[in-house]
Amino acid sequence: MLHYTLRRLLFAIPTLLVISFLIFAILDLAPNDPTGNLPMTITPEVREKIRISLGLGEPFPIRYMKWLQQFFVNEPLNIIEQTFGVTIGDSENRLRVTSWATRSPVVDLIVERTPQTLWVVGMSTLLGILIAVPIGVISAYRQYSIFDQIGTFISMIGFSVPTFFTGLVLIVIFSVTLGWLPSIYDTTHRVTDLPSFWFQVKQMLMPVMVLALFNAAQLSRFMRAAMLDNLSQDYVRTARAKGMKESRVLLHVLRNSLIPVVTVIALGIPQIFGGAIITEQIFRVNGLGQLLIVGIQGADIPLVQTLTFIFAVLIVLFNLIADIIYGMLDPRIRYE
Amino acid sequence: MKRNLILATAVAAGLCAGGAQAERGSDGQLNIIYWQAASILNPYLSSGTKDIESASMVIEPLARYNETGEMVPLLVDEIPTVDNGGVSEDLKTITWKLSDGITWSDGSPLTAADVAFTAEYCLHPEGGCQQSSNFTDVESVEAVDDQTVKITFGVAKPFPYGPFVGSQVPILQKAQFENCMGAKAPECTDANFGPIGTGPFTVTDFKANDVISLAANDKYRDPAKPAFANVIFKGGGDAASAARSVLETGEFDYAWNLQIEPEVLAQMAQAGKGTVVSAFGTSVERLMVNMTNPDPALGDKRATVEGGAHPFLTDSAVRQALSLAIDRQTLVDVGYGDAGQVTCNVLPAPAAYASTANDSCKTQDIEAAKKLLDDAGWAPGSDGVREKDGVRLSILYQTSTNSVRQATQAIIKQWWAEIGVETELRNIDAAVFFGGDQSSPDTFQKFFADIEMYTNNFDGTDPEKYMANWICDEIPSPANQWLGSNMPRYCNADYDALVAEMGKTAKLEDRAALAKKMNDMLIQEGAMIPLIHRGGVAAHANTLQGVLMNEWDSELWNIADWKRAE
Repeated sequence: MLHYTLRRLLFAIPTLLVISFLIFAILDLAPNDPTGNLPMTITPEVREKIRISLGLGEPFPIRYMKWLQQFFVNEPLNIIEQTFGVTIGDSENRLRVTSWATRSPVVDLIVERTPQTLWVVGMSTLLGILIAVPIGVISAYRQYSIFDQIGTFISMIGFSVPTFFTGLVLIVIFSVTLGWLPSIYDTTHRVTDLPSFWFQVKQMLMPVMVLALFNAAQLSRFMRAAMLDNLSQDYVRTARAKGMKESRVLLHVLRNSLIPVVTVIALGIPQIFGGAIITEQIFRVNGLGQLLIVGIQGADIPLVQTLTFIFAVLIVLFNLIADIIYGMLDPRIRYE
Repeated sequence: MKRNLILATAVAAGLCAGGAQAERGSDGQLNIIYWQAASILNPYLSSGTKDIESASMVIEPLARYNETGEMVPLLVDEIPTVDNGGVSEDLKTITWKLSDGITWSDGSPLTAADVAFTAEYCLHPEGGCQQSSNFTDVESVEAVDDQTVKITFGVAKPFPYGPFVGSQVPILQKAQFENCMGAKAPECTDANFGPIGTGPFTVTDFKANDVISLAANDKYRDPAKPAFANVIFKGGGDAASAARSVLETGEFDYAWNLQIEPEVLAQMAQAGKGTVVSAFGTSVERLMVNMTNPDPALGDKRATVEGGAHPFLTDSAVRQALSLAIDRQTLVDVGYGDAGQVTCNVLPAPAAYASTANDSCKTQDIEAAKKLLDDAGWAPGSDGVREKDGVRLSILYQTSTNSVRQATQAIIKQWWAEIGVETELRNIDAAVFFGGDQSSPDTFQKFFADIEMYTNNFDGTDPEKYMANWICDEIPSPANQWLGSNMPRYCNADYDALVAEMGKTAKLEDRAALAKKMNDMLIQEGAMIPLIHRGGVAAHANTLQGVLMNEWDSELWNIADWKRAE
């Protein structure tokens, strides 16, 4: 297993290098310009100066190599320095990956944004799983019952109604009409006592519910399908014939049914970090998803490049994790 | 005696009321929402409106523009002019004198060295300063003494108020930005995110592209201001939900740039929590009239002066009739709402520059338009389209692709049909229309049509450069790669003489008179048909007092005077 993991990790390195090159090339070829959003009153000469000050005067391969060095050498060194409080080499003049719009290090922006994204999107994923697994199990166990019909109906709604619509409906009901919940997320809020915790719950409620509905709808369908597959297997009949308690039988079925569900969950975790772009925009959670959108709109290439690359790393990593979890759930799966 | 007593009581009551409000930080927190979040608080590294306006709460220029477009002193006691000796007779130098006792929020005094440093910072060749056009022709900026700063220009500048006037060119603190010159500018993240300023607020926390937390500056020069103790400046999302957060849920006090459908905004305002406000700068949606012949048969000479005059638009009766047939108020109601006003001028503002000579266009008069055409000999043909000597009044009317513009086109087409003018509509993608690509026949400079519609404006309040757009030399043609700005191909020696005169005139009143004269000439000779004066729209909570919408400077220009209603 360890051997397999190491081999996969080594194999990930060239994959990621190719991905980083592709992202960089695509962004470079895209017809947008960091000075494109400036007012018409700014002259072409000033625009050219701004482009040069951003480092766009240099050819593509040099800019790519620079980014590689900044991302793989300078940023890790910086993290080590900050964590251990040491100085390695000429840390004053070491160039970091810098956003063009904010002129600040991209990694600092990402670190600043991660908490709210993890809280809101992570919570909604967790809640989605907690809702989806029981619904999927019961729906499959009592197939075509009233409960199954209602569950199917709700998950179809969650699946087919886009989050920008459910978000807006919730805002109109709970913020505009009833005035119970804030429609705009306050990222400066700090939880210090019970009332401030209550406020945090209130402001997280709507975005979390919107996303949880969407996640739960998706997952419960997977869960139900996997359960149905397994319930008709021979080992279930055998277990029942042996007189095993129904709850024990279900536990076995559940464990075997979790394999496809775990894949969906594990591969969905990088999306947590990617943030739910639209939902973050609607409720102004201003996490990683909103950061990415602002970067794309403003042609802030270093920011977009770094964010998308980090997402790529996470996807490769969680693919590996999913494969390892298979082995733990099903002892028959062995990697050699 | 009794009357005196009443008066005295009233005065005393007034004083008390004034006294109760006149306390810094007594009104709690102010919540502002800009649907584009601020990225940086240094306007020299960003010319995004969101960044300039958010920074305007913290750092200030020497003088700024008020809501009517007048220049008002901010860090100085008076605006230098030729009359008070602040501007030299040859118009090449301007000397600003800082007011006494102004300090930065860290307690150190504001000096002329800070002003000179700011110019040096922006003029550094490697800095990529986005405001360098404000420093055009500046030769040197020197601190004569602690409170006097002298700016020298390379040429005579009748309007020397480019540097340090308006929120986009504020004064930076030398001590803070000294090590951030040129290529190092982007590395000073702390300074760029939290500039030390002289303004009413100071930054306590800056989350880029998200939210700024500010607190009242306790070193601010007016001890009674600002009334608010804290400001939260939130960003992100879209215009409609920003409007909702002020007008419907009341979570925020002020929302910026609400360019959404007029009826949606009106519906939100009915909730009664807030007020929609608008202000008008210099943007005018206008019809440009082609004075040259755009006939494709002319080949290379198409729409050029060499190609000859337009077959019918050179007849002033036709141009006047076209203008008279338009009901501008309807166009405003349909497409613009609070963001539009009827105008008959191409130079509608500042107030001092706005002419009233053309106001008759404000009312539609189909009958008068018909009569004009009848008198000029344009008789309706068998299909209702007027013609004279074999020339039919058939117009190709083009603009950029945009739902409001297409609605405007369709309505105008109908009115013109009523007076016997046939119209063919055309719309071109904005990126192509305004793109200026030499190889494209569809650019607004080439103007291969009879009428075209778009909006133009100018920066600041001085129209000299703007009015010079319509001199003969600016006519686009193949010879100048179609790069001129005189789209109507209007050419009048008298007009050119007025432009030249303005370049030598320093006195503001005289400049205003000249600008009005030029505007009237353009309109009365029918080179363009102004339609709508377009403005900015914002919303504020009913509990917020003191908002004076301003299109000439930052919308938050007078935030020090904002307060909470009782």
